[in-house]
Amino acid sequence: MRKYTSDGFYAYLRRDLLQSHRRLGEAASPLIFFVMASTLVPLGITPDPASLAEIASGIIWVFALLATMLSVGGLFAGDYQDGSLEQLLISPQVLVMPVLGKVTAHWLITGLPLTLVSPLLGLMLFLPEAGYLPMTASLALGTACLSLLGAVGAALTVSLQKGGMLLALIVMPLYMPVIIFGAATVQYGIDGLAWTAPLAILGAMLAAAIALCPLAIASVLRLTSIN
Amino acid sequence: MNWVWFYRLGSPLWFYQTTTRWLPWLSLLAFMLLATGLVWGLGFAPQDAKQGNSFRIIYMHVPASFLALVGYFLMAAAGAIGLIWKMKLSYMVMKAAAPIGAALTFLALFTGAVWGKPTWGSYWVWDARITSMLILLFLYFGVLALQYAFHNEEASNKASAVLALVGTVNIPIIYKSVDWWYTLHQPSTIKLTSAPSMHPDMFQPLLVMILGFYCFYVVALCLFTRVEILRRERKTTWVGDLIGSSNNAVEGEK
Amino acid sequence: MKFQFQSIGHLLDMGGHGFYVWSAVIVTLIVIIGLIVRPLLQHRVVLNQIAQELAREKLRKKTTGEGN
Repeated sequence: MRKYTSDGFYAYLRRDLLQSHRRLGEAASPLIFFVMASTLVPLGITPDPASLAEIASGIIWVFALLATMLSVGGLFAGDYQDGSLEQLLISPQVLVMPVLGKVTAHWLITGLPLTLVSPLLGLMLFLPEAGYLPMTASLALGTACLSLLGAVGAALTVSLQKGGMLLALIVMPLYMPVIIFGAATVQYGIDGLAWTAPLAILGAMLAAAIALCPLAIASVLRLTSIN
Repeated sequence: MNWVWFYRLGSPLWFYQTTTRWLPWLSLLAFMLLATGLVWGLGFAPQDAKQGNSFRIIYMHVPASFLALVGYFLMAAAGAIGLIWKMKLSYMVMKAAAPIGAALTFLALFTGAVWGKPTWGSYWVWDARITSMLILLFLYFGVLALQYAFHNEEASNKASAVLALVGTVNIPIIYKSVDWWYTLHQPSTIKLTSAPSMHPDMFQPLLVMILGFYCFYVVALCLFTRVEILRRERKTTWVGDLIGSSNNAVEGEK
Repeated sequence: MKFQFQSIGHLLDMGGHGFYVWSAVIVTLIVIIGLIVRPLLQHRVVLNQIAQELAREKLRKKTTGEGN
């Protein structure tokens, strides 16, 4: 039985990764959005290094959040349209593991690249040197949190025709604790404080999200997507 | 254990009839409490030493904030009961609680802003409690938007119930955020466990106002739920009988 | 317990904070009254709708009955 459930996890992880590999342009768009949006900031506010350094951590975090939120809407949409979501729902498998597999794939496609590219943006926005390690660490944990929470919203809106804006509305309040601690981690690092403390809370949030969100997603999919 | 009362509670007909009987009395009680509390708080409670008369806004701000928060928990609890026991009435209560809660959250934010101006010199401060109240308003908006997005009643009920439950996970974090980045606001004025730090002369009218708001909340919730009941039970015979009897009454008067 | 203000003017002024206190009071009253009046109005609208539906149905039954 145990092997059976983890099979669901790996099968869906592999499948989603493969799908995004085949449509690389689509998969890369959150990352490109992240970089482009961050370029708007010096143009819109000021190119002055000192003032950019002050807001860099917050800006990187806000755009990482937006990039995740924009991409998470598609998490179940394709499967819903081509009917494979229904297949998944009527299969005898435990729904939680495939769902977790799909969300993990989403994080590997968006959250991880965002995390890896963030030092580059830090460089462009003059992030103080002490902020780099806290930023990558907090983004790695935080984007995983965002993927999980966003997937709940994606599951809630999957059967709606125009779910995009609604998804943002639903998910954004849930994201707020994550961004508070994510940005605080970077700020603590810059100020020379013990930045592992907010990072640990972010980790605790992630642990809770891994335990609870797949359950919520699975039940929502069962409840709402079959009309 | 006898569960009959529980299932009777779930019957829209029973709810409608009972509230028809009790609502006038409850409304009267709510009106008296609110009127007493307002007059007492605005006219008779002593001035605050530091804030002068502007502190009197507390008599509206604190009850509204209380009920805004309690309302969210109630909405989530109603949703959970609906999901677990598949109780129709419970979903109706959940749907009724959303607009009331959103209005009260707005009221809490508004009174907070006009209280902030004379106290801190600005209408808006990014302080923990105000911000978490704003997040609560967003949570209410999310539930409301989700409710209206579905054409299918069943899916709408279930989806918004789950969203309300997910939101409740956020609310303890909202409360904790008071400790995390507490800046300008006063510390919690009323703690349920310890004695109130306010002077009794100021505290008593506040208590009356809180009670009054609770009664008002129940009245409003029942009124909204009754509309929802009629809307969803329009095909049933008892609604038909209800309308028939009220029509007869009108004709009888003629 | 005594009335804290010397006159109605003082009560309205609230020691210079009248605008803030009274705007809070007015908005509170608007919200409370709104939350009571709105469902009452809707209640009436829904009742009328259902009554119309019932009347229409009765009429339809009558006409089809005559048709037969």
